[in-house]
Amino acid sequence: MDLGQILYDLLFDYTLRTVALGASILGLVSGALGAFAVLRRQSLLGDAISHAALPGVVLAFLITRTKLPLVLMVGAAIAGWLATLWMMSIIKNTRIKEDGALGLVLSVFFGFGLMLLTFTQRLPDSRQAGLDHFLFGQAAALLAGDVIAMAALGGLALLLLGLFWKEFKLLSFDREFGASLGFPMGKLDILLTTLLVVAIVIGLQAVGVVLMSAMLVAPAAAARQWTDRLGIMVLLSSLFGVLAGVTGAVISSIGRGFSTGPTVVLCAGAIVFFSMLFAPNRGLIWNWARQRRNRRQLHMESVLRDLYFMAGQHADPDHAHSLQALRAVSAGRGGVQVSLQALEHKGMVRHTGSDQWALTPAGAVEAQRLLHEFE
Amino acid sequence: MTEDSYAIEVTDLTVAYRDKPVLWDVDLQAPPGILMAIVGPNGAGKTTLLKAILGLVRPAAGQVLIYGASYAQQRHLVGYVPQRGSVDWDFPTTALDVVTMGRYGSLGWIRRPGKPERQQALDALEKVHMLPYADRQISQLSGGQQQRVFLARALVQNAQIYFMDEPFQGVDATTERAIVALLQELRAAGKTVLVVHHDLQTVPEYFDWVTLLNVRRIASGPVAEAFTDNNLRLAYGGRVAFLRDSASTNGAEVHLPVPVQER
Repeated sequence: MDLGQILYDLLFDYTLRTVALGASILGLVSGALGAFAVLRRQSLLGDAISHAALPGVVLAFLITRTKLPLVLMVGAAIAGWLATLWMMSIIKNTRIKEDGALGLVLSVFFGFGLMLLTFTQRLPDSRQAGLDHFLFGQAAALLAGDVIAMAALGGLALLLLGLFWKEFKLLSFDREFGASLGFPMGKLDILLTTLLVVAIVIGLQAVGVVLMSAMLVAPAAAARQWTDRLGIMVLLSSLFGVLAGVTGAVISSIGRGFSTGPTVVLCAGAIVFFSMLFAPNRGLIWNWARQRRNRRQLHMESVLRDLYFMAGQHADPDHAHSLQALRAVSAGRGGVQVSLQALEHKGMVRHTGSDQWALTPAGAVEAQRLLHEFE
Repeated sequence: MTEDSYAIEVTDLTVAYRDKPVLWDVDLQAPPGILMAIVGPNGAGKTTLLKAILGLVRPAAGQVLIYGASYAQQRHLVGYVPQRGSVDWDFPTTALDVVTMGRYGSLGWIRRPGKPERQQALDALEKVHMLPYADRQISQLSGGQQQRVFLARALVQNAQIYFMDEPFQGVDATTERAIVALLQELRAAGKTVLVVHHDLQTVPEYFDWVTLLNVRRIASGPVAEAFTDNNLRLAYGGRVAFLRDSASTNGAEVHLPVPVQER
């Protein structure tokens, strides 16, 4: 299938259009709220919430006997929310630390969810078919009704995020200062965590409970690489979320037997990998290049200083020195010739004969400036 | 001085974490327009005292009055400089943005900062000599510069009373001088400043009032009255040796407490 065909289908093929829309909404919302989760060091909280949502989904089905998206999402949200509250109370009231509480709640809820799921699958009721999609996600199974429910919940979450932007920034950066200003930080914390729950819940059907947290963490981690502004980071994170969501969902709905969750996560992983390598300032390649440039600059300066000192031992400032002599003073550091050539290019030294080098007046001035800087 | 004229009045303040009392029955009165240092050994409850006054820690008992009314009512009169280490400096934001946060309280819910807030933040940055760094990401600032950003954030709160938690911690000499100058400026403008402080040597030089704290209040008053050998010994126990500086001849006796290594 060629790209033009895919683009055509994205617009006019019902299934693909629905899938792409759903994945965009989930990427948008989870990207934005994931950015806050990552900045507040709550990446793992998202993982716990999404795992904990499974029993909520199955129970919602068992009680109502429908698979209406909104019903299942509400079930997931309630379970995720209860898990979060339980976790917070464990951290507050016992000696168990955050990681322990997370692991505990995650596995208990998820185990219960799996148990309910296998139980439900043995029921003679055929309507349960498809509930297991919530494990690894099945974007191709998204229907217009699902997407509308996702858009409604996600839109509300984004609206609240925009409305309380200033308060959430304060909460994430300096909670105590915010409290001293009179903002009820505890309530804001619960509100922001609830929005996180919403973001997770709307992605569950498409990406699945097991890998949903990647949609929170990966776009945010990638976005952090590219910017030092919160607003831009959140926008970028949403954008990356959409990109990963749409690419992954489309690939999985075209190919047979690809669960959406893993495919989306691989796409998000690719974005993170690219960002880690190539982002300016924070990227590895950038860092490596900067270090290399610094090292070269320092080496060049030291060769220039050596030449200056050696010239000072002769009455004639233009006195040339051999490459060997320079190598000897530079105490075993390699690359003297490379540095000399770079300096020649800048007009600070000149080549006076075979392997003979002398300072130019400009080079002497520069060497003096460097020496003053050191003192 | 009538009772109502205290800028800060703390009565019988007791704070406990679980069963352990951190502050026990602390009384504190600060008249307006003074620079007060709060000193005491580690774990004496200095930070807790600040947080309890600011309502960040719930006291088990006691009362806090700011200009005769509760903190919740007088919040707009108070500025706060938390410990620098209490936040993540890798947060994606700029110095200017952090300083603008000082205006969030008067902005209230939902309203975003605009041009006037931006200008106030720039003015405050100028006051702490940080204007050239306004657009810097905060992790690219030195410790002293970060501290000055925090001070600027408190300045834009335009408060009457300032609470500062160890503003001198880990800053260079330039920043220390800048902070001292700022403190004096605040006092000259009639503000009251409470500073949690660690360096006993500089207390008489930088401050005019002092509170010695070690879970209980040991002493509180003008430095000349409260900052005595005896009170220091009571606050620090045997952990401080005192060298009487007999060379000092300028009238006031100078006591230089020297911390002794704990075993």
